[in-house]
Amino acid sequence: MKLKNPKDFWSGVMFMAIGLAFAIVVKVFEYPMGTSSRMGPGYFPFVLGIVMTLLGVAIIIESMATQGEPVSKFAWRPLAFILGAVVIFGLIVKVAGMAASIIVLVLVSAFGGHEFKLKEVLIAGVILAVFSVLVFVYGLKLPFPIWPSFISG
Amino acid sequence: MEQLLSNLALGFGVALTLNNLLYCLVGCLLGTLIGVLPGIGPIATIAMLLPATFTLPPESSLIMLAGIYYGAQYGGSTTAILVNLPGESSSVVTALDGYQMARQGRAGVALSVAALGSFFAGCVATFLLAAAAPPLAQIAFKFGPAEYFSLMILGLIAAVVLAHGSVIKAIGMILLGLLLGLVGTDVNSGMARFSFGIPELTDGIGFVAIAMGVFGFAEIIKNLEQGEAREVFTNKVTSLWPTKQDIKDAFPAVLRGTFLGSLLGILPGGGAVLGSFSAYTLEKKIAKDASKFGKGDIRGVAAPESANNAAAQTSFIPLLTLGIPPNPVMALMVGAMIIQGIQPGPQVMTERPQLFWGMIVSMWIGNLMLVILNLPLIGMWIKLLKVPYRLLYPAILVFCCIGVYSLSNSPFDVLMTALFGFIGYVFVKLDCEPAPLLLGFILGPMMEENLRRAMLLSRGDPMTFVTRPLSASLLAISLLLLIIIFLPAIRKKREEAFQEE
Repeated sequence: MKLKNPKDFWSGVMFMAIGLAFAIVVKVFEYPMGTSSRMGPGYFPFVLGIVMTLLGVAIIIESMATQGEPVSKFAWRPLAFILGAVVIFGLIVKVAGMAASIIVLVLVSAFGGHEFKLKEVLIAGVILAVFSVLVFVYGLKLPFPIWPSFISG
Repeated sequence: MEQLLSNLALGFGVALTLNNLLYCLVGCLLGTLIGVLPGIGPIATIAMLLPATFTLPPESSLIMLAGIYYGAQYGGSTTAILVNLPGESSSVVTALDGYQMARQGRAGVALSVAALGSFFAGCVATFLLAAAAPPLAQIAFKFGPAEYFSLMILGLIAAVVLAHGSVIKAIGMILLGLLLGLVGTDVNSGMARFSFGIPELTDGIGFVAIAMGVFGFAEIIKNLEQGEAREVFTNKVTSLWPTKQDIKDAFPAVLRGTFLGSLLGILPGGGAVLGSFSAYTLEKKIAKDASKFGKGDIRGVAAPESANNAAAQTSFIPLLTLGIPPNPVMALMVGAMIIQGIQPGPQVMTERPQLFWGMIVSMWIGNLMLVILNLPLIGMWIKLLKVPYRLLYPAILVFCCIGVYSLSNSPFDVLMTALFGFIGYVFVKLDCEPAPLLLGFILGPMMEENLRRAMLLSRGDPMTFVTRPLSASLLAISLLLLIIIFLPAIRKKREEAFQEE
């Protein structure tokens, strides 16, 4: 079967799945429902989850009756390099310090772009690292280590 | 009136201290900067700076963050006029006539009309805020939990009606936001919900992570996907001064834009973007010679630019009087207040008058700074526009990462933000507008809390929402809005209205 309105269809599936997941978690983990005058922690999320599931179903049904655009291809390259760079930064910053982590972040994320000029990227990375250390560590006094822990000890 | 004057005097006392003037200036400059640069908006910027405001006094912090929002409205017009690209989504329509004016060698006039119109609108809106807030806050004190709950329903529904794109998907995004907002410890029972034993999640999902992931990272990925196509209009910006005829044309448009923008800013779901679109549409409708629009008509710059600035400022009214954010930027301001230990609501005005009036007066000062600073600084902004995106986005990423990491000094928030960056990208692919999600996310816990209290007071009788007159009328308006929007005729008209984007 060919989908007539794929964007809406998949949106509907997304809402239905997430709504259902929330409602199921409430039931499986036995969050107390309480009564309507004394609502437990499970009450509101369960109702919301069910409403969202129904809404998802409604969107799916509507998508059968309307025409719409297909979902365009995911741009995996920028997606992977941008988010990858962010994750790496989060994981290494405590050990590697702010300066080095920023240069790594700039380097990796630059691979997500259309052109990659190593010299330009390195210069940008160093400038950003110096600027950030001055502004955030010295200026705003955010508690970041500047240098890798094996240097500063 | 006397009360108002003494309040304003108090505000001037706070806003005119050297420190606060400085933070106001920093906010305005930053706002203009991100307004000029396409691809980064006030939501991501405010989210990015939240952790840094933790050490500031509350007045300074809010003055600076507010400056970013209205400063961005000024900056956005520069890019729209010179590059034919909206620096900010609220200046999409400014590009239509503004860029044409620039091509006719009248870029300077367009820029100065935009700036002066914005300044005028900013003054009016600030005054409105000062005058309307105290009586509104008085009403808000009469609100019980049932009224608050109904008001939030109205706010969310209005946000859906006014958002662009599919209504039913916008409702879905709100529900998703509400549910995500419930993750974490339940205040009533102390039970950790949806945290699956992850200690960081018992405090809830950080809204900075959501805002920055969905609005910051996803935006960058989307921009990279579309490729770089930017041509800066390099011709010299010549005379800044409008002619007599220009003023005659522009002034009524500024007035109408200010009025419409102020009104739409107060509405839940409204804000700068809606203000500028509606103002442009209105100008086109009432003009005798509508054919001139899109070919460099000065009214097409004056009206939307006044409207977006007015709306940016009046949208503080529901936040400061009811404690309910009407749009995602205001939702972040709630976050900023909570970081400072201030619960937004009508009591802010009475308990912290310095903060309240200082902030209002600072908005007026900020507008003055913007108009004085921006016209001479245009040359600098033009240079900035020539920085290619491939150098810009790593810089945005660096500041985002530092901001998120410093929230709790752990990698957890950074990883969450990356996750929401991915989710945000999926939303882009599925044409799901993310703004309602952020609104739902902030309102989720508030709604649950008020629902529980209302039901407790009524001993479990849901009729309390319709037997209390205030609550009932709020719900009636919501229902009416929903019916209207699902009527086929109106639905079609609404789609047409947003087509012009």
